[in-house]
Amino acid sequence: MPTVCDTRSEMAAVQDAPVEADNEKEIKTETLNDAAGNHASAAGGVIPSPPVASTSSSGPAKAGGPGSEEQQTLMAVLQFLKKNNFVGAVDVLRREAGILEDSDESQGQELAASALGGAEAGDATCTLSRASSCTTSTPAVAAAPAKGGEDQPDVNVVLSAYSQQGDPALYQGYYSGLKKFVESVLDCHRAELSQLFYPLFVHMYLELVYNNHETEAKAFFEKFSGDQECYYQDDLRVLSGLTKKEHMKGNETLLDFRTSKFVLRISRDSYQLLKRHLQERQNNQIWNIIQEHLYIDIFDGMPRSKSQIDSMSGSLAGEAKREANKAKVFYGLLKEPEIDVPLDDEDEEGENEEGKPKKKKPKKDSMGSKSKKQDPNAPQQNRIPLPELKDSDKLDKIMYMKEATKRIRLGPESLPSICFYTFLNAYQGLTAVDFTDDSSLIAGGFADSTVRVWSVTPKKLRSVKSAADLNLIDKESDDVLERIMDEKSASESKILYGHSGPVYGVSFSPDRNYLLSCSEDGTVRLWSLQTFTCLVGYKGHNYPVWDTQFSPYGYYFISGGHDRVARLWATDHYQPLRMFAGHLADITCTQFHPNSNYVATGSADRTVRLWDILNGNCVRIFTGHKGPIHSLAFSPNGKYLASGATDGRVLLWDIGHGLMIGELKGHTDTVYSLKFSRDGEILASGSMDNTVRLWDSIKAFDDIETDDFTAATGHIHLPENSQELLLGTYMTKSTPVIHLHFTRRNLLLAAGAYNP
Amino acid sequence: MADERRPKQCSLVLPTESMKVMAESVGVGQLQEECCVALSEEVSYRIKEIAQDALKFMHHGKRRKLTTNDIDHALKLKNVEPLYGFQSQEFIPFRFASGGGRELHFYEEKEVDLSDIINTPLPRVPLDVSLKAHWLSIEGVQPAIPENPPPVSKEQQKVESTEPLKAVKPGQEEEGPVQGKGQGVTSAESKGKEKSISRLKPRSTHELSVEQQLYYKEITEACVGSCEAKRAEALQSIATDPGLYQMLPRFSTFISEGVRVNVVQNNLALLIYLMRMVKALMDNPTLYLEKYLHELIPAVVTCIVSKQLCLRPDMDNHWALRDFAARLMAQICKTFSTTNNNIQSRITKTFTKSLLDDKTQWTTRYGSIAGLAELGPDVIKTLILPRLSIEGARIKAVVEGPVISNIDKIGADHVQSLLLKHCASVIAKTRPLPDNVDQYRADYGYLGSMLCSHVVKARAQAALQAQQVNRTTLTITQPRPTLTLSQGVSTGSGPRTPNIIKVPSSLTLPVQTLVSTRPVTPAQPSPPATKYIVMSTSTAAATSPQVISLTSSRSSSPITSTAPSSTSTLQPLVKVEHTGQSVTTPGAGGSRTLQKYIVVSLPSAVSSEVKASSLSSPSTAVDSTVKADRTELPGASTHSSH
Repeated sequence: MPTVCDTRSEMAAVQDAPVEADNEKEIKTETLNDAAGNHASAAGGVIPSPPVASTSSSGPAKAGGPGSEEQQTLMAVLQFLKKNNFVGAVDVLRREAGILEDSDESQGQELAASALGGAEAGDATCTLSRASSCTTSTPAVAAAPAKGGEDQPDVNVVLSAYSQQGDPALYQGYYSGLKKFVESVLDCHRAELSQLFYPLFVHMYLELVYNNHETEAKAFFEKFSGDQECYYQDDLRVLSGLTKKEHMKGNETLLDFRTSKFVLRISRDSYQLLKRHLQERQNNQIWNIIQEHLYIDIFDGMPRSKSQIDSMSGSLAGEAKREANKAKVFYGLLKEPEIDVPLDDEDEEGENEEGKPKKKKPKKDSMGSKSKKQDPNAPQQNRIPLPELKDSDKLDKIMYMKEATKRIRLGPESLPSICFYTFLNAYQGLTAVDFTDDSSLIAGGFADSTVRVWSVTPKKLRSVKSAADLNLIDKESDDVLERIMDEKSASESKILYGHSGPVYGVSFSPDRNYLLSCSEDGTVRLWSLQTFTCLVGYKGHNYPVWDTQFSPYGYYFISGGHDRVARLWATDHYQPLRMFAGHLADITCTQFHPNSNYVATGSADRTVRLWDILNGNCVRIFTGHKGPIHSLAFSPNGKYLASGATDGRVLLWDIGHGLMIGELKGHTDTVYSLKFSRDGEILASGSMDNTVRLWDSIKAFDDIETDDFTAATGHIHLPENSQELLLGTYMTKSTPVIHLHFTRRNLLLAAGAYNP
Repeated sequence: MADERRPKQCSLVLPTESMKVMAESVGVGQLQEECCVALSEEVSYRIKEIAQDALKFMHHGKRRKLTTNDIDHALKLKNVEPLYGFQSQEFIPFRFASGGGRELHFYEEKEVDLSDIINTPLPRVPLDVSLKAHWLSIEGVQPAIPENPPPVSKEQQKVESTEPLKAVKPGQEEEGPVQGKGQGVTSAESKGKEKSISRLKPRSTHELSVEQQLYYKEITEACVGSCEAKRAEALQSIATDPGLYQMLPRFSTFISEGVRVNVVQNNLALLIYLMRMVKALMDNPTLYLEKYLHELIPAVVTCIVSKQLCLRPDMDNHWALRDFAARLMAQICKTFSTTNNNIQSRITKTFTKSLLDDKTQWTTRYGSIAGLAELGPDVIKTLILPRLSIEGARIKAVVEGPVISNIDKIGADHVQSLLLKHCASVIAKTRPLPDNVDQYRADYGYLGSMLCSHVVKARAQAALQAQQVNRTTLTITQPRPTLTLSQGVSTGSGPRTPNIIKVPSSLTLPVQTLVSTRPVTPAQPSPPATKYIVMSTSTAAATSPQVISLTSSRSSSPITSTAPSSTSTLQPLVKVEHTGQSVTTPGAGGSRTLQKYIVVSLPSAVSSEVKASSLSSPSTAVDSTVKADRTELPGASTHSSH
């Protein structure tokens, strides 16, 4: 265990450093904590200013303004840094600023300079040196939720950008002028330029509201809200309620629009067309908005089609920038530890199943070879320190391998059997379910704050005897492990009390000794399944925690909630090791990568992000969902990710290339659960529409040809083949499917509460 | 649709009058118009904001219905103290009143006698959460077991029988080579397409699997066998099992053949059993019988109008069978009669024809009258009332004339009571007052005088009920646990007159529920609220069961239905909720006490025991099964009682 401990302290150090720096800067620790915890802003392209920068450079930080103003801002930042003795940061900023003056890109990037400086400042202060080659960037580092009064100054800074704008009466004219222009351009450009409508609409509306032109704002909204794409419905609903300047303070959705630049991908031709039009018309209003609030990611090549755009858009802040998904991700699996598997063949022959021996042989070989060769895409074995295997873990591994040999090979011709566990009389509301990996236990989280654990095998749940009784036990006896258990406590189910709000997520540790639960009360609790008591309450999220998940290797776990920050914890630390900030809305679901080096988070901002645990960077941003994401699943080989959202669609992503590679349509309501079969041939999805659906994932992954061009541009053309991929639909009797689990032998278990 | 909604989104603001009313309720007299406007805009915005947050909680709670708890949590998120005392999972009823140019919505408040509440016995403890496993699919095929939804939905069966060319035969699809596909949407749709191209109805094969054949054998044997317990089980299975679709043709043939043989042999018991099978099939919510009516209707009609149904017509109660079958027939008419098949008019014609025939025997006459009478008051009015005097004369001839045969006399007696029973209520409704015996005699002949007394009785009863209805005008709703039970009623068959009308007032059992929450300190935001569920009876029915319970679970525990007294048909349930403040600080919060009454009309005899007993008592078999049609359980409740 020493390695683990060492690195842990190192991790803690990483965590501590920025906090100290923040304190020096005398800025709200809470906000900054989140911002600085995510260092992803390192060498990013264009990023809006985090609070550090904005407090100092806020007022004049008006991009598109004259260069002198820009200079002033830089000077202000420099002075600020000097005052605080950030020598390294000053140097970096100087250097960066020099580079920037040379660049003749659109002025929009100049804002980035100040932001960049600020980010660098924050970065330089931390002791951690990071590979600068990683070019990931996260829009809205500052998206830490601004709640309560203490964040007011920041909010005002953010909002002030809306002041001093043009004549309110002309806004409608501007907008419809642009609309006419877009309608008149060639078909190939129209789809691309149409992307502009939504962000422009929102920002123009907000400007009107900010400047107290309430009636104009209402008229503007009424006139043009109907034109927006239907997947922006939810955001429009929020906007529609917002008609007063006072409302803008503290409105998170609004802050997101301001702090994060809306990202659009437009081909160079289309962009030139737009630029020319706006310059001809002297349409400064729109041009300003584009400069200030939008980030246009220009690419060379063919303009994209409408369907291509639609498949990628829908997120709160537009599409992901191309460079955001360029970082290398080690998606391969870790080498399995060498364990001597005692092969007792008699046992297998006892089960007289024909065809088994034939199948078994090649499989065992492939397994053996896999463990010898290192996957080029796999991370180093010790990239993330993992807990050492205990003897009991080794025994479990052996069990797993034995079971694996008996696994049924699934495919379109041999679908899995589904066993459905129905929770009856759950009038209090079942909110979360988890199975242990060996399918022996089920945990259910309920809205009445309880967590219940059931044993689904004949083995009953027993707790350890009390301390006094334990003293009486002969510790030398062979069956001491058996003796410590209290027979009197044996029962089929146990109730765990401790939370003070609905439990929204439960997760078993891989060794079945612990259970995690997270709740509306803002805590994550760790329960012992030996004593059935609460061991730790992890406090850190101040708002409801929506999901938590154990690492496949145990020890670490991830949690995410309403505060938009995902936290990585280790079971023996009461402080989080990492904080992943960047999502623009609640984090709704979390999932560990099978190699435990990455975590994926799904959010109500309709994006999925993949985070590197080693350095806290956001390495992938997947956009394309049109509703909050409620389920995530990695394929067993670690290459693919599936995500399901309230829009009822399941999207498939290639992690290595950072591409969307499939869309599975069929569900009519939120997809609450996704799971790949043990060998990855079948993807099962469970939904609020009371169905379990099975999809041919092999075919879904094979049908995509990822040539260099698509990989480079990320412009994928999705085949419409949901119906071919759908292998089966199984209706339940008014029971929403909340959780799915493949047993080690590939039997599918599903769970949900009967809801008459 | 979305586009239509959008303009509303923008303009939706609470009316300023509401602000005024609210201001007045807290003692602010004159609120200026600008204040109202500003307030209402602000309030509307905040409400929308909270509603949007509450939606998040709903989504994460994996529900489709927003609850008051979600709102509480959303308020907590905004650092606002939640509204205490709104823990209700049920519909919160507002009463509406207007007057003096004002329109108000308010909660009904009533005084509650605590001694009543305390004296009522405890209700059943709600069932704990339990886990139950079943096979949703076995290697890609969904087994037809009660835990799974029916393989072919009733709607689809309906489409199939009304538009046979468009429909898809799921049975065949399953038997086809693409076993692996299950009931996938894909295969269903592609099949549908193929068919629309070829426009040919494929030959249907009704092959039953070995299990289904065994099931069929077991069920049919149990239905006509001698063991009543087994029969009850079999009928229950027919009435609830979702997987019977494929066996339906066999069952229908079994019934029609069975009736044919047993009518000839005059085997009354078997005929009753067969009719009960028809009833069970009708009750099965997953079956659509229209395709099999050509076999079922003749069988049922036979049981109504056959000349002889039993070996000893003077002894056996074949009248009950006729009544039961007539009711079945009426149910069939209600459910399946369309302008296309004209079932009702054809049946009516058949009955009328035999009624008009002078040579018709008393048994058949009874049957046709019963059949007509069950079809509704309109039919009685147009077809039976005009014939009252003729029938009266005929009855008089038998009763007062020379004794020809005992059988005829019994028959005439039965016809007479039948006519009186059905006609009296119709006349009571249509004929203006006063009820003059002579007048009646003039209009209806021999039956006139008896009819008159019956009508008077009927009127008295109607008046009583009207009173009853006036007394319970509170909002009627259904609490969560009873939903399961009452659903079965609604899915049963056709519209049903609300129970509330039928109740004799003396038997009413108002059941009251008092819910109060403990006072809550802000520091402890979501403490468990104590909930008192109390059920009490009105003074009139002191002997009937009384139930009281004090449960303290926060989420309202299911109010299990109390065993109702066998005679009563209605239990209004009054629910009162106290806010925490009013309980603890009667002085300060007295003026703002919030009380809610929810009157819940429970369907009669909702407990499953009633049904079980009705099915297991052979002597009252026919009658009690009829009663059971109101209380029939959906598959759901058996499901949950495990």
